[in-house]
Amino acid sequence: MSILVDENTRLLVQGITGREGSFHALRCMEYGTNLVAGVTPGRGGTMWEDKVPVFNTIGQAVDETGANVALIFVPAAFAADAILESADAGIPLIACITEGIPVMDMVRVSRFLEDKPSRLIGPNCPGLISPGSKCKIGIMPGNIHTPGRVGVVSRSGTLTYEAVNQLTALGIGQSTCVGIGGDPIVGTSFVDVLELFQNDPDTDAIVMIGEIGGSKEQEAAEYIRDHVTKPVVSLIVGVTAPPGKRMGHAGAIITGSAARAEEKVKALREAGAQIAPSPAEIGVTMKAALGL
Amino acid sequence: MKIHEYQAKAVLAEFGIPVPRGGVASTAEEAAGIAAEMGERSVVKAQVHAGGRGLAGGVKVVGSPEEAAGVADTLLGNRLVTHQTGPDGVPVTRVLIEETAQIAKEFYLAVVIDSGSRGPVIMASEAGGMDIEEVAATTPEKILRVNVDVVIGLQPFQCRYLAYGLGLPGELIRPASALIANLYRVFEAKDCSLAEINPLALTEEGQLVALDAKLDFEDDALARHPEVREMRDTDQEDPLELEASSFDISYVKLDGDVGCMVNGAGLAMATMDSITMAEAMPANFLDVGGGASEEQVAQAFRLLLSDPQVKRILVNVFGGILRCDVAARGIVAAAEEAEDRVPIVVRMLGTNADEGKEILAQSNLGVTLVNDLNEAADAIRQAAG
Repeated sequence: MSILVDENTRLLVQGITGREGSFHALRCMEYGTNLVAGVTPGRGGTMWEDKVPVFNTIGQAVDETGANVALIFVPAAFAADAILESADAGIPLIACITEGIPVMDMVRVSRFLEDKPSRLIGPNCPGLISPGSKCKIGIMPGNIHTPGRVGVVSRSGTLTYEAVNQLTALGIGQSTCVGIGGDPIVGTSFVDVLELFQNDPDTDAIVMIGEIGGSKEQEAAEYIRDHVTKPVVSLIVGVTAPPGKRMGHAGAIITGSAARAEEKVKALREAGAQIAPSPAEIGVTMKAALGL
Repeated sequence: MKIHEYQAKAVLAEFGIPVPRGGVASTAEEAAGIAAEMGERSVVKAQVHAGGRGLAGGVKVVGSPEEAAGVADTLLGNRLVTHQTGPDGVPVTRVLIEETAQIAKEFYLAVVIDSGSRGPVIMASEAGGMDIEEVAATTPEKILRVNVDVVIGLQPFQCRYLAYGLGLPGELIRPASALIANLYRVFEAKDCSLAEINPLALTEEGQLVALDAKLDFEDDALARHPEVREMRDTDQEDPLELEASSFDISYVKLDGDVGCMVNGAGLAMATMDSITMAEAMPANFLDVGGGASEEQVAQAFRLLLSDPQVKRILVNVFGGILRCDVAARGIVAAAEEAEDRVPIVVRMLGTNADEGKEILAQSNLGVTLVNDLNEAADAIRQAAG
C-alpha cells in the first residue's frame, strides 16, 4: 500500500519532550502511528505522556524498543548532530522536520550518510505519511489524507497539503506522500522517491510538486523520461519570483537559468509529465491522467 | 546576508588574499584625503549591495584628490540605480577609494554550494570581469570546476589544477594556489553562500589582486558568526523587508499591487503565481510561518497594510499547526485599526476553517471569502475596481 513507512514502522521521536516534538508526536500517535520511543538527552528513564519511554541516547532507544524510523524536532543548531546520532545507531529511515540547519552542517551530514544504510528525508520538510497504513511521520494534518493509489512528492509543506486536499476532494486517495524538504541540500531527492513510486505495485500515478531553485526538477525530468511508466502530474511554483531573492525556503532562490520555474516546467513537459495549468488544478489534472 | 565590497575585501585581506590599497570614506573630504595617499590616480567606488555599479556611474577613475572629492560628493547621500536594484535604487553612504592597477588579464574565481554534488564547488574562469551566468550560458567550457570533499578539505592538487587551467605562468602557480585555498578558507570559516572575486586581476607587474569581491553569508548560520552580523548594513535593505525580519516573518517586496499573506513558502509561491494568472501582480511574498501566533499574523497583516503599493489583499491559509481561527483573529485585529480599507479576499482551509471564516464574516471588514485558488484569482480580478 505504500513506500518507506507502513504498519511495520516503529517510530522514535527525537526531541519528544520539546513543545513541537511533543505536540506532533501526540498527533502522529492519534493518527495510528506506532510510536515506541522518545529521545531527549537528560530525560532518559521518564515516560512521555505516561505512554512512551524516553531515552538519553538513540542507541539505547533502538536496543530496547526496536525503533526503525526516527522523526527529528531538534532545534537547528543541534539537528545535524541528531541526524548523525540516528544514522550511527543504524536507523534505516530518518525524517528531519527542523528548518534552518546551516548548509555546511548538511554538507557534512550528507557525506557521513554516504556509506551508511540510513535514508534521510528532509530537513526542512513536513515528513511523510502512508494513509492506508495509518502511519504518519511528520507534521501534516492527517485528516486531509485518504488511502489510495497516488503517490505525492514535494519540496513544500503546505503546498503538499493543498495538492492532497484537492486529490481527496475528488475521491483520489494517496499511497504515500513524501515532503523532501525546501533546503538546498536534502537527504532524499525527487529521483529517489520517483524510483520508489515507480517500483511500488500499489502506486498507480505520481504527483510531483517542485519550485524554483537548483536543478533537481530537471534531474527528475530525466528520470521520468527514462524510467517512469506511470502517469506523472507536476506543478512548479515560483513563476513570479524575482531572481536572487530567497522565497522562504533556503533552496528557493533563482541563481541561474536552470533554477527558473519555466526551465523546470519545460524539462518536465518534454519528459512526458502532465503540467497542472494552475495550483488550483493539481487534482483535476490527476483525475484526467487516471482517466477517471 | 550581504555586505559591502570594502567589508568583503577586509575579510579577504585577513585571510591573506591580496587586495588593492585603499580606504573607505563617508564624506567628500575623507575621500580626498584617501585619494591623496593613493597617488595621482585612484578609483572611487560607490558601496551598495548591488551589482552593475560601473554601468550605473557608481565607479569612477579620477586623476586628483579634488576630482575624487567631486565624485564622492556626487555619490554620497544619493541613491544609485543599477539593473539589480529597483527603480528607486539604494542609498550610497560610503565610497571606497583605491589605488588603480595596470591590468594585464582578468579572471573569475568563486566558491558556492553545489546542491547536485551536495558540497562546495570552486569555479574559476579566464573570462574574468564578466557576468558568470552569461559565460556559463555561452561558453561553458571556459568555466573550470572543482568539487571539495569537506572531510579532507580542498587539496593542493585541486588548486594547481585550477591555476594551470587558468593558463597562469609557472611562477604564479604557487601564489594562485594559495589564493584559491585562502578563498575557500573564507567560505568555510564564515559560512558563506557565495565567496566571489570578479575580477581577479593579474597586474602588469605580475601580481594577483582581488579587484572586486563579493561575500554573501548564509542566513541560517549567522547565529554562530557575531562578527559577520556586525557587518550588516540595514540602510541597504528594503524597509518593509527589514521590519518583517524583525518579526521573524519571511517577506520579499515585489512590484505589484496585490498584497498576499500565506502560511508556508511553497503555498505562498503558488498564491503569487495564481495572482499573476489573474492578470494581476503580487506586491510581495509573505510566509507567515507554520506555527504563527495571532500577534505574528497581525504583524504580517499590518506590514501589508503599511505598503502604499498594496491596493487589494489575498490571504491564503491552509490551517495545520496554524489554526484558521487564530489567523482570522490576527487579520481582524490588524485590519480594524487601519485607516484605509482595501478589498480583502480570504481563502481558508484545514484546521478550524469554519471558525476562522465565521470570525471574518462577523467583522465589518467586508471580506470576500473564497473556496479555492481559482475563486481567489477571480475575486482578486474583481477587486481591481
